[in-house]
Amino acid sequence: MIRFNLNGQSVSIDADPDMPLLWALREDLELTGTKFGCGAALCGACTVHLDGKAIRSCSTPLSLVEGKHVTTIEAVSAERVGAAVQAAWVAHDVPQCGYCQSGQIMSAVALLAQKPKPTDADIDSAMSGNICRCGTYNQIRAAIKDAATTLSGGAR
Amino acid sequence: MPSVTSSVENSVTDASRRDFLKGSIAGALVIGISLSTGTRHALASAQSAAFTPNAFLRISEDNVITVISGTVEMGQGVLTAIPMLVAEELDADWSRIRFEQAPTAAVYNNPAFGMQATGGSTTVRAFWAPMRKAGATARHMLVAAAAQQWQVPVSSLTTANGFVVASDGRKASYGSLVALAAQQPVPTDPALKDPKDFKILGKALKRLDTPAKTNGSAKFGLDAPKLPGMVVAVMARAPLPGAKPRSVDSAKALAVKGVVQVLTIPNGIAVLATGYWAAKTGRDQLVIDWDMGEHAGLSSEKISELLEAKAQMAQTAGVVALETGDIANASGKNLEATYQAPYLAHATMEPLNCTAWLKPDSLELWTGTQGQGPLQNILSSITKVAPENIKINVFLLGGGFGRRIAPDFAIDATVLSMVSGKPVKLIFSREDDMAAGFYRPASVTRLSASLDAQGRPVKLNVGVGTPSIAVASGFIPLPPSGLDGQAMEGIADHPYDIPNQRIAYGRAEPGPQVWFWRSVGHSQNIFFMESFMDELAHAAGQDPYHYRHGLLGHQPRYKAVLEAAAEKAGWGKPLPKGVFRGIAVGQSFGSYVAEVAEVSVDAEGQPKVHRVVAAVDCGMTVNPEIIRRQIEGAIVYGLSAALYGRISYKDGRVEQGNFNDYPVLRMNAMPKVEVHILPSTEAPGGIGEPGLPPLAPALANAIYAATGKRVRQLPIDPNLLKKA
Repeated sequence: MIRFNLNGQSVSIDADPDMPLLWALREDLELTGTKFGCGAALCGACTVHLDGKAIRSCSTPLSLVEGKHVTTIEAVSAERVGAAVQAAWVAHDVPQCGYCQSGQIMSAVALLAQKPKPTDADIDSAMSGNICRCGTYNQIRAAIKDAATTLSGGAR
Repeated sequence: MPSVTSSVENSVTDASRRDFLKGSIAGALVIGISLSTGTRHALASAQSAAFTPNAFLRISEDNVITVISGTVEMGQGVLTAIPMLVAEELDADWSRIRFEQAPTAAVYNNPAFGMQATGGSTTVRAFWAPMRKAGATARHMLVAAAAQQWQVPVSSLTTANGFVVASDGRKASYGSLVALAAQQPVPTDPALKDPKDFKILGKALKRLDTPAKTNGSAKFGLDAPKLPGMVVAVMARAPLPGAKPRSVDSAKALAVKGVVQVLTIPNGIAVLATGYWAAKTGRDQLVIDWDMGEHAGLSSEKISELLEAKAQMAQTAGVVALETGDIANASGKNLEATYQAPYLAHATMEPLNCTAWLKPDSLELWTGTQGQGPLQNILSSITKVAPENIKINVFLLGGGFGRRIAPDFAIDATVLSMVSGKPVKLIFSREDDMAAGFYRPASVTRLSASLDAQGRPVKLNVGVGTPSIAVASGFIPLPPSGLDGQAMEGIADHPYDIPNQRIAYGRAEPGPQVWFWRSVGHSQNIFFMESFMDELAHAAGQDPYHYRHGLLGHQPRYKAVLEAAAEKAGWGKPLPKGVFRGIAVGQSFGSYVAEVAEVSVDAEGQPKVHRVVAAVDCGMTVNPEIIRRQIEGAIVYGLSAALYGRISYKDGRVEQGNFNDYPVLRMNAMPKVEVHILPSTEAPGGIGEPGLPPLAPALANAIYAATGKRVRQLPIDPNLLKKA
């Protein structure tokens, strides 16, 4: 039995400890906002926060999650940074197909939590692990900058 | 209820469900128009007809207007564009508009195809008139209802923002009129607005599907609900068409905890388990000895040889797609080039998947498909379930790009449910998705031209060697000549004034399953043609922009986008040191796009695209912001392909598996993109695809400007661009 805190609630799962967290979230806990894209930490669609840090849940075995805090897209707006990022995503109408956007938002939130005023190079570095096949990168960049402005108390 | 409603707009579903339970849906006005026959079977019903599929529009007493889209959302914005078309003619309050994904029914057939399918950049083109008529019909009946209620002439009433307004200032909301409106006669030919009066069309309204796509609530096929007794399947597929398993050892797979069953079906061997991880682990434990069949040993070298031979043959003996003048009588300075483009995977972000549940007399699917209409018929022939008893719950598509119009994943899920007797969710791993075939065809194309003393082309002889998507599709008949229009599009219809031409097709079938890929034949042919035009311009000693411009005498729309792109990009003006421009133009799906790429190439030969400026004439616009995003997205998709995209074969197997060996563009390589939309009163053109074809040649032409080296093969090989 593996126990961890998921979006503020404690959960326990009876599953293969080698199974990636992604599948526990999607299939056992039925939180489908976190997406499966590559299964190899190459695309970022499955990004969640583990103790506040962005991780690829498709390649993180459940055993590594024991006793830790996991935050997914479904709960990210409960925090100030998450809410600002989501609002910026809506304001910029970022998504096209939308499939990668949960992961994009989770990576962006982790970036802004760590670096409230990211440079373009910071954004490249934090976001280049997240693929978008629809090509929304420029809108993602603009939304991140917008959220950073909001969070620093500036006008949008 | 159609599933996407519940998945994308939970609030809408809940509201609808509440309405239904209360019975107040009886007050809904429902308008439907049969698109398939071209005749109108408008329904105006005060019954629970709100739930019949033969409808595009539902107005409820609480003033919520639900627009039902027959085409599916894969990022291209149809779930916003279709409602905009209806709302315009309805004079609706945009804030009250909701969308719903239509169920599968002939009434929702795409008029461009005569079947319910999404592709070919057709949605706005095909539904421009019918959706506006659906809105105008509803408006007409609401006005008639108000006239009856107030006992005033129809001509004294106007509509605005969801209300009928009388000359004395009285107002009635559409919701208050639905019961009476439903009793009005259905107009046969309601007047449509003059485009100059549009209030909604042409406006950059926000997408309706954005909120759900930012909070995890948007549902894609992979998010289909857990069904009672459901198993997850992961398959080992034949490496190539025609390959068959000689033997399968499933002992190790069956020993994996959670694995329930191993099944061999026509398209491969499936491991069924309690969840994806067990199924995938089990699948990876299968020991399969494949009889590779007729394509054993297939390699990219063999494929290139075959295609090149066909291209060469086509220049003298191929199936002629275009012939003007007489190439034998034209002479001058001769140029020849051979171009090559590879197979490409779609690599949608959402790996292919389908959930199927076959019961004795019914079949239900939960998936993201571009072709629910044809799928219903295909699955009916396999299962013998009547088409009307096959329910396809269409979810959002995590990218389509043509891949999801193929039926393979839905067929396999259905067959697995049929054989196992259980509901089955079939999931492709990324590697499965990458290797499953259905690729953009590889092509080798040879071009020969002669220039006169002024440098103008007087002769063009083109031979295209490539497989036929029409044949591979199984639903597009080839004409008796054997000419595949999609193999030739973008090259046989090039816009330039050349008096003597022969452009011909040499069909080659090396083996891999080919398919429609964003912009189809244009994706490689416009690269060939626009790169070769650049070669001609340089051979003529002329500026590539002015050279093209001088040969577009009969093509005002091409000329206009070319001029606009050049002007906006500052063609001819200085650039930062080391940055060079390339230009290209193309027409596809009824829209004209020119692009200028600003590119530098480093000492290692690695190109970097700094900025792309695009000019587009797509006729009248529905939503200019969605248009700009589609053009930008197509540029990114095209750039991924031009820089990195290649499916290659070695010893009968695909060499690529995941985003490490099939790289795509990432944030750190993303150029600035500017999209300029030309004002136009022409009929709307498509927009999902036309931004793609000019990108690769604009990039390659800029690389030539930067290095003096001509890129004739995609993807671009930096080794060939290294400084000597």
